[in-house]
Amino acid sequence: MDLMTILQVLDSTVRLATPLLLACLAGLFSERAGIIDIGLEGKMLASAFFAAAIAYMSGNVWIGALAGVGSSLLLSAIHGLASITYRGNQIISGLAITMLAQGMTVLIAQDWFSQGGRTPSLVGQARFEPITLPFAEALAPVPVIGPIYHELISGHSALVYVAFLMVPVTWWILFRTRFGLRLRAVGENPAAVDTAGVSVIWLRYAAVLICGVLCGLAGAYLATGLQAGFVKDMTAGRGYIALAALIFAKWRPWYALYACLLFGLLQAVAVRYQNIDLGAFVLPVQFMDALPYILTVVILAGFVGKATPPRAIGQHYVKER
Amino acid sequence: MSDTEPAIELRGISKAFGPVQANKDISIKVMPGTIHGIIGENGAGKSTLMSILYGFYKADAGEIFIGGTKTQIPDSQAAIAAGIGMVFQHFKLVENFTVLENVVLGAEEGNLLRPSLAKARKLLKELEEEYELRVDPDARIDEIGVGRQQRVEILKALYRRADILILDEPTGVLTPTEADQLFRILSRLRDEGKTIIFITHKLREIMDITDTVSVMRRGEMTATVKTSETSPTELAELMVGRKVLLRVDKQPATPGDVVLDVENLSVINSQGVERLRGVSLNVRAGEILGIAGVAGNGQSELLEVLGGMREATGRITVNGEEIDLTGRHSDGQSRRERGIAHVPEDRQREGLIMEFHAWENTAFGYHHDPEFNSGLLMNNAAIKEDTARKMEKFDVRPPDPQLTAKNFSGGNQQKIVVAREIERSPDLLLVGQPTRGVDIGAIEFIHQQIVSLRDAGKAVLLVSVELDEILSLSDRVAVMFDGKIMGERLASETDEKELGLLMAGITEAPDKPVEEAVEEQLQARDARKAQIHG
Amino acid sequence: MDRMPHWADAVLVPLISLLLAAILSALVIIGIGEDPIAAFKLMVDGALMRSSGWGYTLYYATNFIFTGLAVAVAFHAKMFNIGGEGQAMIGGLGVALICLFIPWPHWTLALLGSTVGAALFGAAWAYIPGYLQARRGSHIVITTIMFNFIAAAFLNYVLVNLLRPSGAMDPASARFPESTHLPTFNEMFSTAETALFRGAPANVTFFIALLACLAVWLLMWRTRLGYEIRALGHSESGALYAGISPVRITIITMLISGALAGLMALNTTQGESERLILNATEGAGFIGIAVALMGRSHPVGVLFAALLFGFLYQGGAELALWTNIPRELIIVIQALVILFTGAMDNMVRAPLERMFLALRRKEG
Repeated sequence: MDLMTILQVLDSTVRLATPLLLACLAGLFSERAGIIDIGLEGKMLASAFFAAAIAYMSGNVWIGALAGVGSSLLLSAIHGLASITYRGNQIISGLAITMLAQGMTVLIAQDWFSQGGRTPSLVGQARFEPITLPFAEALAPVPVIGPIYHELISGHSALVYVAFLMVPVTWWILFRTRFGLRLRAVGENPAAVDTAGVSVIWLRYAAVLICGVLCGLAGAYLATGLQAGFVKDMTAGRGYIALAALIFAKWRPWYALYACLLFGLLQAVAVRYQNIDLGAFVLPVQFMDALPYILTVVILAGFVGKATPPRAIGQHYVKER
Repeated sequence: MSDTEPAIELRGISKAFGPVQANKDISIKVMPGTIHGIIGENGAGKSTLMSILYGFYKADAGEIFIGGTKTQIPDSQAAIAAGIGMVFQHFKLVENFTVLENVVLGAEEGNLLRPSLAKARKLLKELEEEYELRVDPDARIDEIGVGRQQRVEILKALYRRADILILDEPTGVLTPTEADQLFRILSRLRDEGKTIIFITHKLREIMDITDTVSVMRRGEMTATVKTSETSPTELAELMVGRKVLLRVDKQPATPGDVVLDVENLSVINSQGVERLRGVSLNVRAGEILGIAGVAGNGQSELLEVLGGMREATGRITVNGEEIDLTGRHSDGQSRRERGIAHVPEDRQREGLIMEFHAWENTAFGYHHDPEFNSGLLMNNAAIKEDTARKMEKFDVRPPDPQLTAKNFSGGNQQKIVVAREIERSPDLLLVGQPTRGVDIGAIEFIHQQIVSLRDAGKAVLLVSVELDEILSLSDRVAVMFDGKIMGERLASETDEKELGLLMAGITEAPDKPVEEAVEEQLQARDARKAQIHG
Repeated sequence: MDRMPHWADAVLVPLISLLLAAILSALVIIGIGEDPIAAFKLMVDGALMRSSGWGYTLYYATNFIFTGLAVAVAFHAKMFNIGGEGQAMIGGLGVALICLFIPWPHWTLALLGSTVGAALFGAAWAYIPGYLQARRGSHIVITTIMFNFIAAAFLNYVLVNLLRPSGAMDPASARFPESTHLPTFNEMFSTAETALFRGAPANVTFFIALLACLAVWLLMWRTRLGYEIRALGHSESGALYAGISPVRITIITMLISGALAGLMALNTTQGESERLILNATEGAGFIGIAVALMGRSHPVGVLFAALLFGFLYQGGAELALWTNIPRELIIVIQALVILFTGAMDNMVRAPLERMFLALRRKEG
């Protein structure tokens, strides 16, 4: 394999890791506050549809992205209502939200565009265009560093850079701010937060809504950055891979980056190579597809390090002495 | 003092939960710079009242005055703003945060953490010197012992500039020496002008530390008196509403053969901490062995091993036959087959399935018993019949086998458990905290049942954190500390003071002040437990 | 005291939730410019007014009974088995192997064999998440989700690389031999004069589903194992105290749950398509969650909820055929039912409880 091939695989790794990373950080905010979110998939899907649909109608990808985030926020609010206000089962709520998105996106797409549950293809301003970083063209001829800068680092759309920037930002919010301290505390022991005079409900809503914004960006990127339009069920389990990455990352921002890059790499390799011939045996493409899930199960089983979730995760808070 | 405004005044506070009236028209005044005790049985409404004061519940009626001004307390934030601090019975700490982070949480200055933490560190140092409240600010909560965790709770309140400090059953987790230390801290706080409300069900503590005391019974405030003008007997009567025996009426024991023999029992928990360290003891037929100790020193693990809920190493024989401590034949089922019955420490989490009907609970643990089965299926009719019989004999109210367990009062729930375990006339009865959260009437009844089982020549092993209960029920007392038996005494030849020192791990007269010795022992224990986390 | 009577909890709460879901769905239909009442009529006509409609409704209901029971049994042990989908897929593999590689003389024997195969394969697929939950504390929700994806990838591999007849294009196994074909309702109930259930896929498996309801009821409320499963579901520490091994019961419960989900493949794979195809489950594993929630985890409730969803499914197909409303409407309804009965339960329950409390006060 030459440098160019490696760079191309890594380049598509970055692009495929972006929606995973945004969704994973979304889940991180929610779960650190004690709210399980298996509805990442649904929120991404809803956002992907509305981002594509509105971008198509308005011809402006940013308005589309805003609409995507809005739809994701709406689903987050439902999740908050069910799991915080009505103290319902967070897993069931997340599942219902995903199904709601699966159904509604096709229903609305059919009503609006009559193309069998997809949006028309996006062109021009309705898509996120690649951003060429300064000096990318000038540095391109420089050996090694040039191609790496030109091919791998430069030339992605804005949301890719946003996603990668979100990693240090998330870390800083969680571990260096008052909000972060309270957020982590509410996921560990909400009673401690409540008796300290801070509203558990408000904190958890804040976390769930942040999760909605990030999921919205992930979906918008999917339909208007990675691909040019919405197709039915286009998230294809990415929300669950993001959830897997979150566990893999033990609920930490930097580890989340590594986990998403790893899973992105697996996807990139599977897309490019199909079956991988290892001489002695052939790794079927289906194995590559399943590998993120298998890895997550292995992690969950505690064979490779122990993943300890936030202590109060999934538990609703009822005041008691 | 009479011309100053009370620090807290409650007027006509009432609170109902559905059909239950938890607080009924309660009024009290607490003067500043005093320690005011509130005493009452379980379920008397003490905690509800304090929860209203801390903004957890909203009172249905009544007013709260703080320092003479009428104050609304809709949430904890308002309580804190009004200068109220609360130390809950179950601490409200984030376990994987440091002491400093816990103190700062909710009282941060500005949006960034660093300045807040620095400021808190300084203030903690001052508070430490002023009140003797020593804790390492950088230690994680799960690395320090409960005594220190309690100090963190007090520090949290002081950091928020609380003038009024409420402590809910604060000594339950402390050794007597630690409790004395706490009392000294509280006295000093009082001398500095703080007002302290001290909730307990222990008469002795009221007499030791409070200036005034209010008694609650069934949601009502029955009396408020000066502590110096009352006596334990009078308070007990006010609590219960009738004369009570403070001692259990029982004849001397006539111990027979050894029923339970435990040798060198050790347990390592899932975190890798050794919770039992070479425990040896025995219980004879016709005697009650009491295990005294502060909660969390291995008593629970001992009961769990004996009851088949936990694996262990060592050797246990029952009636001379060895029982399995690991593997398939080390579970509740096989223990019961060996004639061991078990009234567990926590009836709601262990002894009963709260969502099951009373009749289903009567078969709990004995559901494989032939009398409850016919062939492949369970014989529900037989179980119901048996339940009705037991309910009548133990005066369970209401005597309805169809009612779910959660709909019975604490005392009646406990009676269902005790009936199930005692009625089979086991060779050995394990009893953990038999009267926790139980009203006095049921306490007397349950104590009688335990004593009469002993008199029928059965062996009883009793675990209780209530020293009074241990001393009044047991024939022999063994004291546990940090997973070891520190010593054994005949109940008739020992007293609270001697047992109190054993409970802190001190077996012989120390060559330094007692408190220092206790502190040393506790630190050694906590360090041992924390090693694993490090 | 219980806050409200048992019947209200078991019947009223799910019905009100269903009503809410129906109202919202009607709004959705109005939103896309169709008439909800006409749509409902069309669904009733298509699903219930003709015997062939019933044939489809009952066919779908059969699937949902199995997956609903699977979820319900796990619920009793307080486990959330989201893996019905994957377990049913692998159950299908079991059916296919039994039907393809054993020469059965008659369909009754084949049905016996494939029942065992479906149950065993489904149970085996549920065993790993069950074992990991019991022994290593791995969250069963996450592992079963992962196992759905792994099952899909695995089945894809097996169909494409191993079971696909040479020369065939689509990822599917060869057709099962004639002797394994199950009698359909059409064959069973048609008389010489009137053909009933014409063209509909409902088959003898429906009766196996009914038997499964009875068996689950007996298991949960009349046997020691059921008693132990329910006890564990309410309190693990309680189970330990009573000598009920949480590890053992967790694994056994997941085996039963997986077996029930696997049995669904009898209906789809042996009963309907008569070969193993890639997407035979069509999301029935997830509908099982809605069915179990609505049916309050009771076999009778599950039966009724499954019939309801069978109706919705068949009615939805009719809608997609005759109107501009896509089949996905059913997914929306299903999502709303899950949301209201499972997650926003308290929204419906709290006002009801207050009402019953007020009623009682008045009486007392």
